[in-house]
Amino acid sequence: MANFTQIPLLRWLMRNPIWGFVLIVFIFFSLAADNFFSERNLMNIVVQTSTIGLIALGMTLVMINGNIDLSVGATLALAAAFAVDVQSWAAFATWGNWQILPAVCIALLVGILMGAINGFIVWKTGVDAFIVTLGAMLGIRGLVFVYTGEQSFYAMNFAYSDFSFMTIGPFPVLAVIFAVAVIAVHLLLSRTVHGRNTYAVGGNREAAVNAGIRVGPHMMINFMLIGFLAALSGVLLSTQMGAATPNLGRDYELWVITAVVLGGTKLTGGKGDIIGTLGGVLAIGILRNGMNLMQVPAFYVLVILGSILIAVLFLDKRFNRSADGGLRL
Amino acid sequence: MLLTRLKAGGPAIAKQGILVAFIVFMIAFSLMSDRFLSADNIMSVFRQSAIIGVMAIGVTIVVIGGNLDLSVGSMLSFATVLVVDLHDKIGPELAIPVMIMATLCLGAINGFLIGILRLNSLIVTLGMLSAIQGLVLIYSGGQNVDIADQSGTWFAVFGRGAVFGIATPIIIFLGLALIFHVIMTTMPFGRRVHAVGGNPTASVFSGIPRSRIVFMTYLISALCVAIAAIILGSRVMGSQNNVGQGYELQVLAAVILGGTSLLGGSGSILRTVLGVLMLAFIQNGLILMGQPYYTQWLVTWAVIIVAVWLDVAAKRGRLFSPIA
Amino acid sequence: MTATREPALRLQGIVKTFPGVRALDGVDFEVMPGEVHALLGENGAGKSTLMKVLAGMYQPDEGQIIIAGQPVRMTTPIEAKAQGVVLIHQELSLVPEMSAAENIYLGELPRKAFGRVDWKILEERSNAILKRLKCNFRAEVTVAHLSIANQQMVEIARALTVDARVVVFDEPTASLTDAEKVVLFDIINDLKSQGVGIVYISHRMDEIFTLSDRITVLRDGAYRGTLTTADTNEDEVTRLMIGRSLDLSRNEAASKFGDTMLEVRNLTCTGLFEDVSFTVRAGEIVGFYGLVGAGRTEIAETLFGLRTPTAGEIRVDGQKVEITSPRDAIAMGVSLVPENRKEQGLVLQMNCRDNMTLPQVQDLTAGPFVAKGAELAIFDQYREKLAIKTPSWRQPTAVLSGGNQQKIVIGKWLSMKPRVLVVDEPTRGIDVGSKSEIHQLLRELAAQGYAVIVISSEMPEVLRVSDRIVAMYHGRVMREFDISEVTEDSLVQAISGIKSAEPA
Repeated sequence: MANFTQIPLLRWLMRNPIWGFVLIVFIFFSLAADNFFSERNLMNIVVQTSTIGLIALGMTLVMINGNIDLSVGATLALAAAFAVDVQSWAAFATWGNWQILPAVCIALLVGILMGAINGFIVWKTGVDAFIVTLGAMLGIRGLVFVYTGEQSFYAMNFAYSDFSFMTIGPFPVLAVIFAVAVIAVHLLLSRTVHGRNTYAVGGNREAAVNAGIRVGPHMMINFMLIGFLAALSGVLLSTQMGAATPNLGRDYELWVITAVVLGGTKLTGGKGDIIGTLGGVLAIGILRNGMNLMQVPAFYVLVILGSILIAVLFLDKRFNRSADGGLRL
Repeated sequence: MLLTRLKAGGPAIAKQGILVAFIVFMIAFSLMSDRFLSADNIMSVFRQSAIIGVMAIGVTIVVIGGNLDLSVGSMLSFATVLVVDLHDKIGPELAIPVMIMATLCLGAINGFLIGILRLNSLIVTLGMLSAIQGLVLIYSGGQNVDIADQSGTWFAVFGRGAVFGIATPIIIFLGLALIFHVIMTTMPFGRRVHAVGGNPTASVFSGIPRSRIVFMTYLISALCVAIAAIILGSRVMGSQNNVGQGYELQVLAAVILGGTSLLGGSGSILRTVLGVLMLAFIQNGLILMGQPYYTQWLVTWAVIIVAVWLDVAAKRGRLFSPIA
Repeated sequence: MTATREPALRLQGIVKTFPGVRALDGVDFEVMPGEVHALLGENGAGKSTLMKVLAGMYQPDEGQIIIAGQPVRMTTPIEAKAQGVVLIHQELSLVPEMSAAENIYLGELPRKAFGRVDWKILEERSNAILKRLKCNFRAEVTVAHLSIANQQMVEIARALTVDARVVVFDEPTASLTDAEKVVLFDIINDLKSQGVGIVYISHRMDEIFTLSDRITVLRDGAYRGTLTTADTNEDEVTRLMIGRSLDLSRNEAASKFGDTMLEVRNLTCTGLFEDVSFTVRAGEIVGFYGLVGAGRTEIAETLFGLRTPTAGEIRVDGQKVEITSPRDAIAMGVSLVPENRKEQGLVLQMNCRDNMTLPQVQDLTAGPFVAKGAELAIFDQYREKLAIKTPSWRQPTAVLSGGNQQKIVIGKWLSMKPRVLVVDEPTRGIDVGSKSEIHQLLRELAAQGYAVIVISSEMPEVLRVSDRIVAMYHGRVMREFDISEVTEDSLVQAISGIKSAEPA
């Protein structure tokens, strides 16, 4: 047998097994589903994935830090509600299409604020992020209902809902925004001091503290980033729907965490990257899209995804054991 | 001031924090609403909290054993759809045991993956949450199910019946809580769950079969879900196929509010019951005060964080985290 | 070193107490520029506490730290580093997923515009440092892929990012091969010639005599004297380290032992220990002496069913047994008091009584319930027998002192009525008073007919309690001594393999 580890592509796939899976399902659906391998459908996949994908980028940062954020779905809904509602505020009535601008800005700020609240609580109280954001998941959803009074908001300005159909060259604008975010967060994580410290804080908290990294504010910044990305995702989702519903984004946290874990990020922190997360997000997107084209009911996707998540965990454990040095505990 | 108080009498207060908060809320609500403390109202709160409460008993045991169970919501959908659907097909006397067995199988899968293969419980049960929801939808073909003859079946007794004027769900909830409280506090099994959750390594070094204990906690959790499904199916006499969606987090919130540590090894079923009731009374009190139902979520947010914060602060002896 | 030069660092009268323990009791210590000053002492003598004071991780209760003539206060490792005092940790404090360069400059990554890392400068500087350390790897490599020795080089490189005045090495050779040690010693000599003061903490005599200029000895948290290496010898140092009572405290071997309770033949666990054979008789204490990593704990874990041996056999009471789990071991009458009390011995938040009855709680029942009376009877029996000091059985074990915690663990296993009791590092991190109580207790247990194995890294301990001593080095039994024939010299030689027996 030839030493296949010398082929760069295969070596790369060994390190990023999720992309192997992406490749397999991609080839499978290209052969099995008639309409799958078309430019339009592929763009569709990217657009459909971008909602979860944007949040997954932020979740990667937070999880590399050794934290988690369960409140993203609620934040998404809150930001979407603001984005749609603020446009119709009387103050901006005469702004024409420009009324969208303050609406989007306020929506994004709200997302950042929600992240800041989570991050600040985690920093100052020392309560586990799981509990803090579990509380916030209920609480922020409550804010959504308070703000909307259980009503859906509809965008009166058609420019807003037209936005999602715009293209830049051959590419849908939503796909472009997602691509830009992927590249930006990838660069943030791999090239900047903040990004590198993200690994340090999650990989060895004590070493990071001893090296003078201010762990609390650092984590808070990452919570603000995920808040921003969740809000951005909410804004884009509301442009697609031309509306914001109070139940928007329910269960998204589960999908996002699934995607990030599929991409190889560890819950314990210190390990993961954007390339893996992108693979995880695309794996989910392609599966959903392909099975939809093959007219497999959506239920099967749930079963398959759940099983894959557990299988990935099992394989990871199989290949990365040894920490216990053979002691049977 | 608060800091020194925390240091001095901290742990004792923190231990009873949930009880204190509970009493404070009760007094506040009873001052603001006449109906709040009426027997009818209290009964109805208890009855409404029974389903979450029964599930929270199982999850408390899993968490004391050092793990999480996020799959209980999907599992509730599964069990309820199954028992309701089978009710008309094979009759309740067969439907109930078949459903319990099927639900226990799901619990056994959790237990196998987490207890025996030692996979991370958060991710495994997250995967199971999604997989079981899919199973329900496949089974039901996306349709909701219901029982045709809703008044003529003895199955109604679990959700709609009463014994000595006390609704059956309340009796089941409190009875189950008492039974499992006794198991956890006075039987060897309970002791061993505490040990495995508190220090899995030391437990193995003490000859405790760690894998088997964790496996058992997931079976218990599944059993509690099955019982909750009987109450729910019997009360509604039908089921949406996603009826349990989001229950996992409400259950977990109640468990955390009851002071059970997510790190494992400590927690109490009676205090989980308090946590469940507190969430239910908050909901009820706010509604009686004319607030929309969702304001309870805002209050819950604050209550959870403050409760856990005080607990953490008492343990470290200072209010704020020392991390820069 | 001329007397007129300022010490690079001086500690005066350092006192540090923890609840129940006086860890440092008026310690003086100094290191001159360009000097290697060895700090010597047994486990628990206060070396690591002193080191943490040096590195700004602990604040001394009393005493002064003087750097280049100026008294200083260092409240964090960063402040210590700014003063030029750097600690090379025994446990590596690296971030495994990051590159060597990033670890070297952790917390101080060079920046460009927009918060970007200046990789060029980072890698240039890191590679320069690694070159200075004569490392054969590049700074770009991920730390997780480096060998332990090279990871340690990264730790050392981290110290050189500042103008270090004093570098503290804490047991740096614990996980290094001989070849790697040579490289490390070169580096230390190199630093020394550049005028850096080196504090070298170890209890390996051979290394200390090769490297150091002076030796300071600590015992029981107190300063015991400073010797010039050239003018002293191993005996003198050992005497200072172990204390005057060395010969007096030797165990008087009992004259009569019972039957062989445990026999181990050619036991092997590949990579951990090889071809280990020994016997333990009823009423006998066999001490296992060796350095950390010699394979002693792994043998204990194998006896207790936590590891699967690759070859060899175990006989308990003459019967060949297969022990595949702690339950098997317990059923065979083998009990283990593990090395790490807090991680392996106790469920810390659980109360004293419950901890003590944990291995047998499923059998201590009245109907389906735990028989609390029987439990309490067991607890009271061993509380009295072992003189455990706790206000009540309800006390969580977390709040007890180390000695009392250890007694709970010992009581837990005695209550199982074992035939063979294995005790791993019975007095690690325990104050002197409780130490001798536990030694006394182990002797009494032997006198009652238990077969006891005591694993220890402290020579006085093995000498005080053992009837026979098995000396181990690198996973092999080097020699077996009868207590009457053993000398400290021969023991030290056997466990470090310096003169007589060389390992294969």
